[in-house]
Parts: sequence; C-alpha cells; structure tokens
Amino acid sequence: MGDFLAANALLVIAIVKVVVVVFVLLTAVAYITWFERKVVAHMQGRWGPERVGPHGLLQPLADGAKFLFKEDPTPAGIDRFVYFLAPFLALSLALSTIAVIPLGPGQIELFGHRTWFSVAELNISLLVVFAITALSVYGVALAGWASNSKYPLLGGLRSSAQMLSYELSLTMSVVGIVLLTNTFSLRDIVEAQRGGVGRWFVIPQILGFVCFFISALAETNRVPFDLPEAETELVAGFHTEYASFKFAMFFMAEYAAMVTVSFMVAVLFFGGYFSPFPGTPAWHWTIYLPAAGGVIGGVLLLLHGLRYHTPLGRIVLPVAGLALTGVGVLCALAGVVEYIQGPFWLAAKVATVLFVYVWVRGTLPRFRYDQLMNFGWKFLLPLSLANLVITSLIVALMRPAQ
Amino acid sequence: MTNEILFYFFAGLAVLGGVLVVTMRNAVHSAVFLITTLLATAGLYLTLNAEFLFVVQIILYVGGIMVLFVFVIMLVNLDVALHQVQFNRQTWVAGLLSFALLAELLAAVALARSYGEENWLFAAPHVPTVTAEGNTEQIGRLLFQNYVIPFEIASILLLVALVGAVVMGKKRI
Repeated sequence: MGDFLAANALLVIAIVKVVVVVFVLLTAVAYITWFERKVVAHMQGRWGPERVGPHGLLQPLADGAKFLFKEDPTPAGIDRFVYFLAPFLALSLALSTIAVIPLGPGQIELFGHRTWFSVAELNISLLVVFAITALSVYGVALAGWASNSKYPLLGGLRSSAQMLSYELSLTMSVVGIVLLTNTFSLRDIVEAQRGGVGRWFVIPQILGFVCFFISALAETNRVPFDLPEAETELVAGFHTEYASFKFAMFFMAEYAAMVTVSFMVAVLFFGGYFSPFPGTPAWHWTIYLPAAGGVIGGVLLLLHGLRYHTPLGRIVLPVAGLALTGVGVLCALAGVVEYIQGPFWLAAKVATVLFVYVWVRGTLPRFRYDQLMNFGWKFLLPLSLANLVITSLIVALMRPAQ
Repeated sequence: MTNEILFYFFAGLAVLGGVLVVTMRNAVHSAVFLITTLLATAGLYLTLNAEFLFVVQIILYVGGIMVLFVFVIMLVNLDVALHQVQFNRQTWVAGLLSFALLAELLAAVALARSYGEENWLFAAPHVPTVTAEGNTEQIGRLLFQNYVIPFEIASILLLVALVGAVVMGKKRI
C-alpha cells in the first residue's frame, strides 16, 4: 500500500480531490434545493418545508429517496440511445466545471506532496469553463428531441436557441477581465484581485458584471429566463417525459450549474478566495471572523434548538449547534486559521450569490420568448461589446510606453 | 507511454465516430457521433501541447456549429428520411476509391519510415515542446502579426456570408 501510494501519488491525490469535491458539491446541491424552497417560501409569507426533520432539514434526503424508488416509466416511441444519453451528459458536464475553479490560495500538503488548492490547475481554466458551458446545451436539446413528444421538443428548441444567444454575451462580458489581467488562468485572475474590496474587478468591470450575471441566469435556465420549462405553456419543458432518477439527474445538473456560476461570479468579479478586507496589520483581526461566525452561529443554534417544538429537533439542533461551535473554535487555532481563510471567504461569496439567485427567482416574473431574444441580442450583446471596447481603450491608453 | 496510449485512444475514437457518422441512418445519431469525433480530435490537439486549439475546437465546433446542426435536424421530420433509400448504389466505386486512398496513406507512412527524418515531405512530426510563453500567446502573435491580412480577409468573407444569409433569409428587412 505504501509503495503504491509512493509510486502513484499524483494519481491518488487527484482521485481524492475529485471524490471530495464531488461529494461536497452534491451535498451542497441537495441543500441548495432546501435553501431555495425555504427562502422563496419566506418571501411569499409561507413556511416552506417543515415536516421532515427540524425546519425541514431532512427534506433533501426524503426527496433523494423518493427519486431513487419511484417507478421509472419509459415512454413509447422514444429514441432509446439519445434518451438515456441526455441526462448523463447534462449531469456529468454540470459537475465537471468545478474542477478548474481555484478553491484556496497557494499550495497544500497532501500525502507529502505539494498540490494546488483545486482539482485541476490549468493555464486556460477560464476557457475550459466556457467550453464545458458550451457543451451543456446538448443535454437539454437532445433530451427534448429524444422524448418523441411535442412539449419537450419545443422546450429543447427554445433552450438551445436561448443558450446559444446568451453564451455570446456571457463570453464577451469576461473579455474585459482577460484584457486587464493578461491571462486565461482563473488563479491568476484571483491573484490580481489581492488586497481587499478596492481591487475587486466588479468595480472597473461593473458593466461586464451586469452582463455576466444576467447571461448566467439565462444560461442556467433560471427565472426569469426559465422559458424551456415554462409550465403554463410547455408542461415541464424538455424533461416532461423523464421520471424518477433520470429527472433527478437533470434537476441536480441545473443546481450544480447554478453553483458553478456562483463560483465563477465570486472568482471573476469578487476576489475569489481573498478576504474583502485589505491585508494591512490594522485589519489583521479579520482573520478570526470565520471562527467568530462559527461560534456565534453555533451558540444561537444551540439556544434556539433547546426551545424547538418537536423532540427530534430538541436533540438534533443543539447537537448541530455544538458541532458548529466546535468548528468555530477549531478555526481560531493557530495552524488552521490560515488555511480556512480561502475556502471560508469563497464559500461566503458563493452563498451570497446563490441567495441573490433565489431572490431573483422569488421576485421577477418570466420573460416572453420574443422579449428574451430581443433582450439578449439587442441589449445585452451590445452592452457587453461596449464594455469590451471601453476596457480595451483604457487598457491601451494606460499601458506604459514601450 | 502515456502519450501513446492517449493518442491511440483519441485516434481510435475519432475514426470510430467518423465511421458511425456515415453509417447511422438517423441524422441525430450521426450528429452525436460527429460530436464524438470532434471531441476526440480536440483530445489529439491536447496530446500535441496545443491547449488553446483544444479549447477553441470544443467551443467553436462542438459548442457552436454542431449545436446549430442539431437545432436544424430537430426541426426536420426524420420519419421521411428514415424510409428513403440511402444513396449507396455505387458501392463498388466508393470501395475502390477508399482502398486507393488507404493504399496511398499506407505507402506514405511506409515511405516516411524508410526515408528517415531528413526527407522534408515525410518528416515525422514532433510534439512541440512546452514553452514558458504558452500556446495561446503564440497563436495570438501568429494570427495578429504574421498573418494579420489573411486573417482579416477571412473575417470579412465570413461577415459577407453572414449578411448575405440574412438578406436572403428575410424578405423584408
């Protein structure tokens, strides 16, 4: 075993990283569905999931069990090969983007080898993200076609048209950042934003950020751009004929794409894994903020859990609170506090972006199809082109004379 | 060693995909296998240390052009196409030509092996070494400095085709 580890260290490290990241991502996806239902419910004056576990916290598990054990009918007249290919394509592509996103600064020790704090470290990681995004349209389009049914076909057509249109402005909106940093590497883009809020690219690239965020909403088929699955017109759009776990795969793909886009927003425009505070000694105390957040949140959860109205909740919530407090205390220890900074701030930014996503869903009505196309081609694309022209002009003028 | 395994994997995948593209009766299946072939070709670029070409191949061909193909095929009534007689009545001519091409290629490989590396026509290609500058910068310099005029002419040609398609497609602008 030891020899094997020594001989194939890089392979083992890669597999460990992949397993950990996929596990964390899938758990996150499950709990984002809970988070979304809760937040939208509270925005609409409802309670949301309450029955399964305290505050409905076990709802994702119940949903997962339901998806696994439900009957899986296969409609007649489908194209079997493409019908089964589509959900696999959708989910595997949605899960693979996260591999190139830098999750923390510098390198870490793993089995005696130094390795980057990301699954894969490439010098063209930004382009790889766009390549995988460009492929993700196939899952939806092929699913719609293979189902041999009118509604999925229309949904698939709409979505491929929509994704093609918004991919243009999505890609254009980040060219400004590439011009400013001279690199396609996401890690170098993050490193260029070192030094607090003032250095974040959201300030010089505010137009690019607006274009990117709106196009990303459209690219992930979220409200207000969820026309491919507009239930009043198309039943459920491209996945109408899918049931059980194949439907769950589309569902997970959608949420995984949402997480990835949130990571991209955080990495490109909000300083990635860097803390929002400047690195000067006066702000040194902010490295204890993760610990403080864990302890305060844990104690509040403990106090709340002791007064919860179900017996299960009175056990689960205080235990979770204690665990959170423990993690908080652990984060204050000397060896841990440096390592926790990157992942903590990145996770905090991603969570904020995800909240905005859900907020948008709870607020805006759906676009009409012609409005969607007009908006994409006649407003968003010119806007991102204007951003590109302005940025390149400024970069050319500011460049030191050679 | 790893490089060779990867090459044979991607090359085999590309050939297999290409064969399936022309033998499938269903146009969407053909499109799926054409996508496979294009992805395998992208993998071949990667084994040649051309990471920028790899990504551009995926973004442009697989993510752009093939999506439009699939888009159009989805709108076509495939039932009609499935029952039509396929255009394969000249099997003998096609087979003869294919064998001629195969023999030519095999001869080229054999000649390249026997002449060695000095022969300019059949010189064995080398995997370019990885430079600190990176593939992206090299391609950018070639396109925008050395070959900027052909590049611009090609762009104008594409623009003309685009405008022409819009004019012909739309009766009233």
